[in-house]
Amino acid sequence: MSKLSRREALRRGLMGAAGLAAASSAKAATLGVHTDPSAVMTGGLPQGAGIDPTAFLTSFDYGEVSRRANGQRVREYRVIAQDRRLEVMPGLFYDAWTFNGQVPGPTLRATEGDLVRVHFTNAGLHEHTMHFHGFHAANMDGVFEQIPPGGTYLYEFEARPFGLHLYHCHTMPLKRHISKGLYGAFIIDPKSPRRPAHEMVMVMNGFDVNYDVENEVYAVNTVPFAYQAQPIVLRRGQLNRIYLVNVLEFDLVNSIHLHANFFHLYRTGTSLEPSEFTDTISMGQGERHILEFTYDRTGKFMFHAHQSEFAELGWMGLFDVRDGGATA
Amino acid sequence: MGRSQWLWFALPLLLLGVLAVVVTKGGSLSTLARGVPPVEELTVDRVRLTPGHITLTVVNGGLDPVTVAQLMVDEAFWHFTMTPGRTVPRLGRATIDIPYPWVVGEPHQVKLVSANGITFDHEIPVAWETPAADAESFLAFTLVGVYVGVLPVAIGLLWLPFLRRLERRWIHFALALTAGLLVFLFVDALHEGLETAERVAGAFQGTGLVVVAALAMWLVLQAFGGVGRGTGEDGRASRMRLAFLIALGIGLHNLGEGLAIGAAYAQGAVSLGAFLIVGFMLHNTTEGLGIVAPIAQDRPGLGTLALAGALAGAPTIGGAWLGGLAYSPLLSALCLGVGAGAILQVVGVLYRVVAREAAGQLWTPLNALGVVAGLVLMYGTGLLVAR
Repeated sequence: MSKLSRREALRRGLMGAAGLAAASSAKAATLGVHTDPSAVMTGGLPQGAGIDPTAFLTSFDYGEVSRRANGQRVREYRVIAQDRRLEVMPGLFYDAWTFNGQVPGPTLRATEGDLVRVHFTNAGLHEHTMHFHGFHAANMDGVFEQIPPGGTYLYEFEARPFGLHLYHCHTMPLKRHISKGLYGAFIIDPKSPRRPAHEMVMVMNGFDVNYDVENEVYAVNTVPFAYQAQPIVLRRGQLNRIYLVNVLEFDLVNSIHLHANFFHLYRTGTSLEPSEFTDTISMGQGERHILEFTYDRTGKFMFHAHQSEFAELGWMGLFDVRDGGATA
Repeated sequence: MGRSQWLWFALPLLLLGVLAVVVTKGGSLSTLARGVPPVEELTVDRVRLTPGHITLTVVNGGLDPVTVAQLMVDEAFWHFTMTPGRTVPRLGRATIDIPYPWVVGEPHQVKLVSANGITFDHEIPVAWETPAADAESFLAFTLVGVYVGVLPVAIGLLWLPFLRRLERRWIHFALALTAGLLVFLFVDALHEGLETAERVAGAFQGTGLVVVAALAMWLVLQAFGGVGRGTGEDGRASRMRLAFLIALGIGLHNLGEGLAIGAAYAQGAVSLGAFLIVGFMLHNTTEGLGIVAPIAQDRPGLGTLALAGALAGAPTIGGAWLGGLAYSPLLSALCLGVGAGAILQVVGVLYRVVAREAAGQLWTPLNALGVVAGLVLMYGTGLLVAR
């Protein structure tokens, strides 16, 4: 978001009636302009984004599962911090810092009470850490134990509390380490599972491609307008659940708005009872919520940030609601 | 020159060529090239607004080719087409067409995003439909030139009979006043030129261009103007030549002025109201006075006067055409530099003519007052047209 004061004052001459102004008359300037809101303004999807935005929606990393002697389930994950040049928009490249070569990092998923073991390797050129939101010991917090390039660390904790969380690098300067791409969603399911639904992960993020401490590019799941180029197919009458995380750096607030529908909101996903029934929710950085909704009509429905500026800079997508069997 | 002399001339050039090949092919300087990201520069040279379209002409004035990956208008990504292609080579140009519903009279902002994430901003201060190069707009810009340049200068020439009846010391006063006018115009042209130079793409070195153009024009006129050097010419011919030199200098200045007015008008940055036209008329009428001051005593023919007047005033028309229909900061800076150089040379000639005629009585209070009066007159009438 940029400063509004940047506009220069208009330098205009005195208005008169010389009658010389034969060259131009003030006619409507909008004739024949292509402003179809479903048009992708950027020329489609980039080839080198590091993720397939559609596949990312429903990709969950449950880890390698084993059992301890006392019966506790253990989930082991492997995460590598590595530098990678991503094509975030067609033709636009960004030198990202990634977890496992992708931004957002893999969506880690466990069940409340599991023992989570994350084997972290830093293959980047700077110090990095993993800082999880949730309960854990001080030395598992990813703040004081900085992992140097080439270093490794084992993050180990019990998955608590259930809900929708996130993880991100916590190395200073924090803004740079987060905005370059070191973050991901972290889901802890309750012991008694939520009702079946078509589940999707959406991480609201952005990129400061010219390093002026402002984002030029906004998106859910990294690629601007991705779900306009490839609308998300939903089934009429099916329950949908979005795990929505806001990690957007630099901007104070982000939001989501669903068209032609309302959703049940589970703040931070820490309760099984919805706290709100609405169609728009604003979120600061680090806030995350679970949204549940069903479309009763078929057709294309837009969803986007209700900061219009973010929407037009990439955070805009479409649901394509169709008849037919459930999409799993 | 003999063969051996040419050989000695060519030898250093030959060695330079060999060295260039060694440096580019040999890679001996690879430690100096540190693999840093390219320094990209892209300048918007022209903006054309037609109903529903913004068309930009961009120039690459940097060291490396620039690829335009994306583009925003008013902070929204927007689709566009670019010819000949997305990549602009060094010193190359490209045209970008953006179908966009721009709003008449309001500012718009275009941001180009390179493949490396470098952004280049361009502000359209007031959106206004760009005049098409048709008969209608040629007529409009011709009218602008006639009103702002030709007519005022012609009116100023009509001071001739009045000047003819003046005493010699008042003639000198008029010449001093002319010098004052010209000094003001010199400063004005140089300032405008340097200001415009800042909008010229980096590789074209706008400031250098203005200085080179000014000095080159000054030296050309010094060498070939042939006035006041006691070449055996009679005083009358020498004074006539001076009048035409002044007319040429003023004409070159008016070319730059026409460019600026035409461009501002075409871009909607200025509305040529009656008040502004009257201001330019007052401002430029004094220029006519400057042309006839040296030849007041000589009873020049009507044809001669018309020719001098056309030389000084008509370039305004050409300037308005160029500025209105094909504005470019590069061209504008070049014209203003040339104008500044021509005016500077004329001031020098004026100085020598009056010094010779006054025979030691150059800086009388009246002459000094004349210079100041010329400056003040220009400043005062300039208030009417200041933007």
